[in-house]
Amino acid sequence: MTALRELSREFDASRAALLVRVLPPGLYAGRARMLVLRSALASRSVWLAVVSGFFEPLFYLMAMGQGLGSLVGTVSGPAGQQLSYAAFIAPGLLAASAMNGAVYDATFSFFIKLKYAKLYDAMLATPLGPVDIALGEIGWALLRGGMYSAGFLGIMLAVGLIFSPWGLLALPAALFVAFAFASIGIATTSFMRSWQDFDLVQLAVVPMFLFSATFFPLSVYPSAVQWLVQAFPLYHAVSLMRSLTTGAVGWSALGHLAYFAVMATVGFLVASRRLTTLLLR
Amino acid sequence: MPGSVGIVSDSLVQARGLRKRFGRFEAVRGIDIDVWAGEVFGFLGPNGAGKSSTMRMIACVSPRSDGELQVLGMDPDVDGPQIRGRLGVVPQQDNLDTELSVRDNLHVYGRYFGMSRAAVRARAAELLDFVQLTDRADDPLEQLSGGMKRRLTIARSLINDPELMLLDEPTTGLDPQARHLLWDRLFRLKQQGVTLIISTHYMDEAEQLCDRLVVMDGGLIVAEGSPRELIARYSTREVLELRFPPGDEHGWPETLSDLADRVEQLPDRLLLYAADGEATLAAAHRRGVQPTSTLVRRSSLEDVFLRLTGRSLVH
Ligand SMILES: Nc1ncnc2c1ncn2[C@@H]1O[C@H](COP(=O)(O)OP(=O)(O)OP(=O)(O)O)[C@@H](O)[C@H]1O
Ligand SMILES: [Mg+2]
Repeated sequence: MTALRELSREFDASRAALLVRVLPPGLYAGRARMLVLRSALASRSVWLAVVSGFFEPLFYLMAMGQGLGSLVGTVSGPAGQQLSYAAFIAPGLLAASAMNGAVYDATFSFFIKLKYAKLYDAMLATPLGPVDIALGEIGWALLRGGMYSAGFLGIMLAVGLIFSPWGLLALPAALFVAFAFASIGIATTSFMRSWQDFDLVQLAVVPMFLFSATFFPLSVYPSAVQWLVQAFPLYHAVSLMRSLTTGAVGWSALGHLAYFAVMATVGFLVASRRLTTLLLR
Repeated sequence: MPGSVGIVSDSLVQARGLRKRFGRFEAVRGIDIDVWAGEVFGFLGPNGAGKSSTMRMIACVSPRSDGELQVLGMDPDVDGPQIRGRLGVVPQQDNLDTELSVRDNLHVYGRYFGMSRAAVRARAAELLDFVQLTDRADDPLEQLSGGMKRRLTIARSLINDPELMLLDEPTTGLDPQARHLLWDRLFRLKQQGVTLIISTHYMDEAEQLCDRLVVMDGGLIVAEGSPRELIARYSTREVLELRFPPGDEHGWPETLSDLADRVEQLPDRLLLYAADGEATLAAAHRRGVQPTSTLVRRSSLEDVFLRLTGRSLVH
């Protein structure tokens, strides 16, 4: 809990300076961490989130890593090394858990609060502004993504699927990935009008999960399709995680990070603007 | 003070030509308001008059479409967070946090204001006592009755020790006892120097609480003054109420119109505005009027409201 608070405090401070320049005045009180606190209080069973979050990738790991893996044999890793199939897909599942955790809170939970709970109307009567709300909700969603990943990362460590000290960085990397997905998730949800629109979220998330080199290398695709796959964020998350857990870290990691930096920034700015127009009527 | 432009020091709210548009519809159509430190200021008006829209602009949660507005000497467009930090807001519709307990609703809200945990804890205990919810403190929110939620909303609005409170129909949904409890609390706040802005549909509430009020209709202010001034200006000293059997009242307004300053016909009764109600009643009897019941009373804000908006609130 204390660590969580620390984290969110830093998160606020580092952004405050930048925000003053990018956004109009009066929309930010610098207290986004209070929303994170509120969410933590509201979902008392934080541990349940962690547990439920890593079971899904765990099942995939068992079914595909063990089951399918026995048929597949080994697969070439990022640096050409031979990996067991489980070791190949585990970082992919790790990336997907960061995405899923973040997207869950940034879409469903956020939509309920926005449309039905009137929660944000109450917050706006305090010094909090729409930017605090955007940041706070992104922060909470990214923490959930981070918790999912942390749980799954623990399992990977336990069963020996992390092959390099670089693997330690998979957790901060997962937080960063979750941040980007949370930002885009909040921004997208702010445009949604009804529950039907959520089918679109599924339509984006499921194919990304299946085709982003999660379960097989990018090289199986013809080059045109390779370009397409590389345009989507989960591919970059999967590659980043795979290079970290296998220790084959190169300059391309910076490229992936840059992708998420842009995604997070765009998502955050759009979310802030949308919340401003939606809430300050 | 940053952003203040030649403001009178003890005017907490100053609006000039204030307007609010929603798309092409104009909900507030250019109003002037001054609220002085320490007073209780009321908004009266029928449904849709623009009371809530105005209060939301003052609360800095709804940007104004046009005109000037200063709250606590600052401009809501620029200093929104600073202003809101010193306001207490009770919205027309409760928006408590349904996922938190009664106590946590206060705790978390105080934290939004930047209060420390210790300060919030102490203040929350005090406030739960103030609105008599201490024994429900650990209940989940859904277990509260409507009136209890209203009281919690009021407690929540006080968490930051506000200088200026905006209460949008604070007593709607409260039983008479809870209403009187709240009036008493509001009166105590006023004595502590808190400035209150209240909108209400209850004329007795306005008469009891407000030092000064405005009557709004169709997005405009149609009258302004103390309850007593308004009654003197827009009504007579006394009112004669005549009730007739259903269907019989037609025609009487014409017959009686010269006996009173003004005659108002409601669905169930006739109101005759005159300085001397008893004398008017005697004169009416002489003209052969035979109502089922009669009542002579003093004018109230209700009569002012009826006169100004052409609508009655209590039947
Ligand atoms: N967000 C909004 N979008 C569009 N129209 C709105 C919005 N809010 C209020 N209005 C309109 O503005 C007008 C004034 O509404 P407002 O809520 O200020 O009235 P009010 O005086 O508070 O009424 P009541 O006594 O019913 O609470 C109404 O016609 C209402 O339909
Ligand atoms: Mg209203």
